[in-house]
Amino acid sequence: MKDTSYINPLENEAIYIMREVAAQFENPVLLFSGGKDSITLVRLAQKAFYPAKIPFPLMHIDTGHNFPETIEFRDRLVNELGLELIVRNVQESIDQGKVKEETGRYSSRNSLQTTTLLDAIEEFRFDACIGGARRDEEKARAKERIFSVRDDFGQWDEKNQRPELFDMLNGQIEMGQNVRVFPISNWTELDVWSYIEKEQIEIPSIYFAHKRKIFLRDGLIWSHSDFVYQEDHEEVLEEVVRFRTVGDMSCTAAVLSKAEDIASVVQEIRESTISERGARIDDKRSEAAMEKRKQQGYF
Amino acid sequence: MEVLKIATAGSVDDGKSTLIGRLLYDTKSLTTDKLEAIEKTSKQKGYDYLDFSLATDGLVAEREQGITIDVAHIYFSTPKKSYIIADTPGHVEYTRNMVTGASTSQAAIILIDARKGVIEQTNRHFFINNLLRIKDVIVAINKMDLVDFSESVYSAIKADFEALMGKRDYKGQNITFIPVSALKGDNVVNTSTNTPWYEGQTLLEHLEELDRKDIYNVGTPRFPVQYVIRPKTTEFHDFRGFAGKVYGGELNVGDEVVALPSQTKSKIKDIYFYNEKCQTASRRSSVTITLEDEINVSRGDMLVKVADLPTIDKQFTATISWMDTKNLNSGGKYVLQHGINKVLAKIDSIHYKINPDYSGIDENVDSLNINDIAKVSFKLNKPIFFDAFKDHRTNGSFILIDTQTNNTVGAGFID
Repeated sequence: MKDTSYINPLENEAIYIMREVAAQFENPVLLFSGGKDSITLVRLAQKAFYPAKIPFPLMHIDTGHNFPETIEFRDRLVNELGLELIVRNVQESIDQGKVKEETGRYSSRNSLQTTTLLDAIEEFRFDACIGGARRDEEKARAKERIFSVRDDFGQWDEKNQRPELFDMLNGQIEMGQNVRVFPISNWTELDVWSYIEKEQIEIPSIYFAHKRKIFLRDGLIWSHSDFVYQEDHEEVLEEVVRFRTVGDMSCTAAVLSKAEDIASVVQEIRESTISERGARIDDKRSEAAMEKRKQQGYF
Repeated sequence: MEVLKIATAGSVDDGKSTLIGRLLYDTKSLTTDKLEAIEKTSKQKGYDYLDFSLATDGLVAEREQGITIDVAHIYFSTPKKSYIIADTPGHVEYTRNMVTGASTSQAAIILIDARKGVIEQTNRHFFINNLLRIKDVIVAINKMDLVDFSESVYSAIKADFEALMGKRDYKGQNITFIPVSALKGDNVVNTSTNTPWYEGQTLLEHLEELDRKDIYNVGTPRFPVQYVIRPKTTEFHDFRGFAGKVYGGELNVGDEVVALPSQTKSKIKDIYFYNEKCQTASRRSSVTITLEDEINVSRGDMLVKVADLPTIDKQFTATISWMDTKNLNSGGKYVLQHGINKVLAKIDSIHYKINPDYSGIDENVDSLNINDIAKVSFKLNKPIFFDAFKDHRTNGSFILIDTQTNNTVGAGFID
């Protein structure tokens, strides 16, 4: 029989973190977007608690502008694993007048998710929210803790974070506070893709090369869709593309690619000279775009 | 896959961020869009070179002031290894960040400005890396381009540093000196033609060759139970698995173990990693263990081998690093988190604190300020199961939590 020394140290770390969440908090939730990072989290949670079921629900903050393939995938996964899924909609926050829909050329519902998320945390009294953010994604995220304490308003106080030493995670909080937990903090994009390949984890089809109606703007490939604002002179083309990161249709750009299976995707990422978030329109708003959104309670 | 965590420390202008940027650039880990952002900002600031520090300084305040405030994590990889750099600022007021960064690292890079040589901060970085028992330390003597790549400057600094080494507590630490220019790229990834007198490896060559077997501190196996898994399904009706991470050494099926604190003995029946049964749970793996006998074990308890008991005690002395703006006082009470186990602790006495310039100790203290490092005795409400930090890096360390704010306010290393 084998030993466990072959196991990826990042996987061991993530499983350890999942177990700390289940042990230290009363009411945790796993934030699930249908993207590859949150799908990876689900696999890690399965591993952490086997042969028992994952002891917390999943929650999707649905902007209503998702790729249909993602939603279909989400429902199938939840069904197959017998997980509990909570969905809260940004549309409801808009209807209640809590947030205002953005308009114009770069309008997106991405930053509106924050309000819906904070309301849902309050509604269910979640004390820990597990997310798939990684430190390699963006400069402000590089300073994020594994257990990141948020106040009553969901805000991130970046100058007053708890030091994290050795493996010790301090999840003690006051009533009203909650902790954002990032088990794959130390993974890179390539680590995630390699893991998906090795574990043969199923992911939504939009991560692989497919034909899609698109248009070009600012050197990025945008999806042609009812959810995406498009000007008349922006011509609709059909190209073979795939997505490297999956958020809202309105803020996720595609890349030209012929990678039809996971092995070719991994190969493509290895050779890539553009960062993953280079295809995130929401980060291009300013140098400090992510830090500002995080302070307000975004992931 | 191998992952190597490295702590870096340096003073404001030592060029630490530039060195990291250079590592990223020369290993082709900086992507085009990140590089473009660096070019754009460097130009805006009127620099005639690429300011690689822009790749790492993440917070608005840091970019405004051109300094690093917090621990930043930077990732790059070579075909051989994945690297995680914990980049920490080196001022005295950031001692807490240096301790934090060093706690999760197996190697450290100490930067010295070749024009300035060994200064008080060098002393501090070395002291902290030695206190935290980092196995491999690289002293990068930087800005060699500004001293004409002079061998005598390099040798003089090396000799000064070696004088510090005499005072170190942890003698098992490997120390390597490398002359570099982070700005120009000499001896970082590529061998420099400007230092023909230097026959050693480049910084990256050295890191690439560090062997996983030598770089981790080993001790005796310790298995703190994180979580008890009871599926209560038909298939696993009587399953009671103890989930946790193995520290210090390995555990095997059939090993005779003792559960602490109950001191009940049993044998390891199965070791699971997910749905696979394994013979051996290696160091640092997250497994689930079942035992031959139905004994009472819950979170915070520890499984150890019968012949390798840790110390079980309610009092001990430790070196602590104080991290809170509120002072630590003699008689103060805190939550002490040892691994995953939490107990209440009282500060019995403060024996001495180490002078900020490391010139000696001050025995006349009854309170500690932020960034102080001191020798302190503790009394606990319940016994914990610990080893000396020098024998076990994980089971010999703890954090202190303020009972009112819940913040992590200190870290300790047991004598």
